[in-house]
Amino acid sequence: MIKNADQIFVILQHWIMSLFPSALQPAVGALLAVVTIICVFPALFAIAVLLERKGLGRMQNRYGPNRVGPLGIFQPVADGIKSLTKEDIVPASADAVVHFLAPVFLVVVVFMGYAVLPMGRNMTLVNMDSGLLFFFAMGASTELSVFMAGWSSRNKYSLLGAMRAVAQMISYEVPLLLASLVVVMMAGSMNLGRIVEVQNQYSWGLPHWFIFTPWGFAAFLMFAIATTAESNRSPFDLPEGESELVAGYFTEYSGFKFALFFLGEYVGMLSVSGLGTTLFLGGWSAPFSFLTWVPSWIWFFSKVMLSICVFIWLRGTLPRMRQDQLMNFAWKFVLPLSLLNVFVAALWRFLGEGYARWGVCSAILLVAYVVMAKVGMSREHFGPRSYRYAE
Amino acid sequence: MFGEGILKGLAETARNFAGSFVSPERLTTVQYPEERCEPIEESRDFPFLVYDGSDWEAGLRCVACQICEKECPPKCIYIEKSVDKKPDYIGKPQIYPKRFDIDISVCMSCQICVEVCPFEAIKMDTEFELSTTDRFGGLLYDRKELAKSNEYYHTIHPTEATEVDARLAVEKAKAEAKAKAAAEAAAAKAAAAAVAAKPAGGEIKA
Repeated sequence: MIKNADQIFVILQHWIMSLFPSALQPAVGALLAVVTIICVFPALFAIAVLLERKGLGRMQNRYGPNRVGPLGIFQPVADGIKSLTKEDIVPASADAVVHFLAPVFLVVVVFMGYAVLPMGRNMTLVNMDSGLLFFFAMGASTELSVFMAGWSSRNKYSLLGAMRAVAQMISYEVPLLLASLVVVMMAGSMNLGRIVEVQNQYSWGLPHWFIFTPWGFAAFLMFAIATTAESNRSPFDLPEGESELVAGYFTEYSGFKFALFFLGEYVGMLSVSGLGTTLFLGGWSAPFSFLTWVPSWIWFFSKVMLSICVFIWLRGTLPRMRQDQLMNFAWKFVLPLSLLNVFVAALWRFLGEGYARWGVCSAILLVAYVVMAKVGMSREHFGPRSYRYAE
Repeated sequence: MFGEGILKGLAETARNFAGSFVSPERLTTVQYPEERCEPIEESRDFPFLVYDGSDWEAGLRCVACQICEKECPPKCIYIEKSVDKKPDYIGKPQIYPKRFDIDISVCMSCQICVEVCPFEAIKMDTEFELSTTDRFGGLLYDRKELAKSNEYYHTIHPTEATEVDARLAVEKAKAEAKAKAAAEAAAAKAAAAAVAAKPAGGEIKA
């Protein structure tokens, strides 16, 4: 029974497939999975938006939306209807084709990333050996869409926002890949399903998640920083900083195209949360060995939603960074640390079993962190402002 | 430097988040249609015309002097004078506005009309729920819609209305005293004339 609950979607898929002639079955199976993904994640997007608006409200001692339906739970529906019925304006001097393609491309690319995410036991759409590589290829393509939007709008704010976005995304792509590389080194595979399998073991009732190792913890933090920047979330939301750039690269978008950008951003956030869950938080595996009877997909989705809550919490807390701080942080702090982390992970591997590697690896990372923070992030120019030329 | 500021900030927002569920006094939002703030006496939005007594048409203080119309910076007031006259609060016959329109979609709430009015006839309202589906006719108020009683003025701006009433009472008393003095002077003059006529007659007689 419990086994059935775990595999309920797989069983359902196979049952529907069995209704079709065998020649059509693979196509039907793939179509079913795709349709499910395209339905489930926008639904999660609606939940995430509502959570964000209510949560941010509470963090700022407000109620948040509470008018549409009981406790405002139908607010996403109202938002959707509103954006669907709004006028779709294309600037007269915009490149209409590219302007139209940008949001479509973004959504398509973002959804492609889900193809390789294992959302439960045996619940991967494409069990690709180079799944991680595919995911990053798709994730990096969003930059193209962002630049298409900024460039085709023919608006200075759009273009500035797009240029900021591209600079930021490319800068943080490097630590993102290096942080994930550690996991690939340890799991010995780029297949995301295999990575989860490696973490799905227990000793003394506790799982072997990569976050519970020194290098895994450091990589997880850097991964979290880099994904926050990749998904243009606060405190790295410079590309859409409304106090400087109106709305950044989607300034000239209205109506449903704007909604598509919004959808793309949140679905992208959900997908990087899913990837972070898969790489560091054990994917669909249970947090304790006595909880393994709970269906695996429940674990995956609860971990993803928990990551979303952390994203929201960060957004409610941190102010926006300046462009130079952003770049300094990426190149002077996160990148050296993630390079060092690759070395530490190799050391961990070759020190072999035992407690020695825990001490050595933690010490190296801690010392590096302190030194990097002192040297790279020191604020020696911070203090009373002096005016050299104004005397 | 080591990210402890971020942790402190996260703790602060977490405290706010949890606190807003535990202690409702943290939430300062007034949920408008159901709850309302106390009306603020000093607030103002659009002008209205004050009338005394119960009949709005007879009691209008406005004498159609058109000062407000001329002073209004966005020119949102339109006044047509009457041909006949009606008595004002002192009892003196005065011209009254046959038409008095204010387009509140144009009005900028500057209160200059109130400052310049010598008759305390136009004052600022605090009514703000004025939305209408007709943005032309619905926001152009005629004198009937603008006329509001002095009692209403007392409820929205009590301090100011009391001052105005005192000022009007003083003026009225002054006017009455003047009228009385004039009447007395006339009477005295008449009496003096009579007295003067009598001795003169007497003299003639004598």
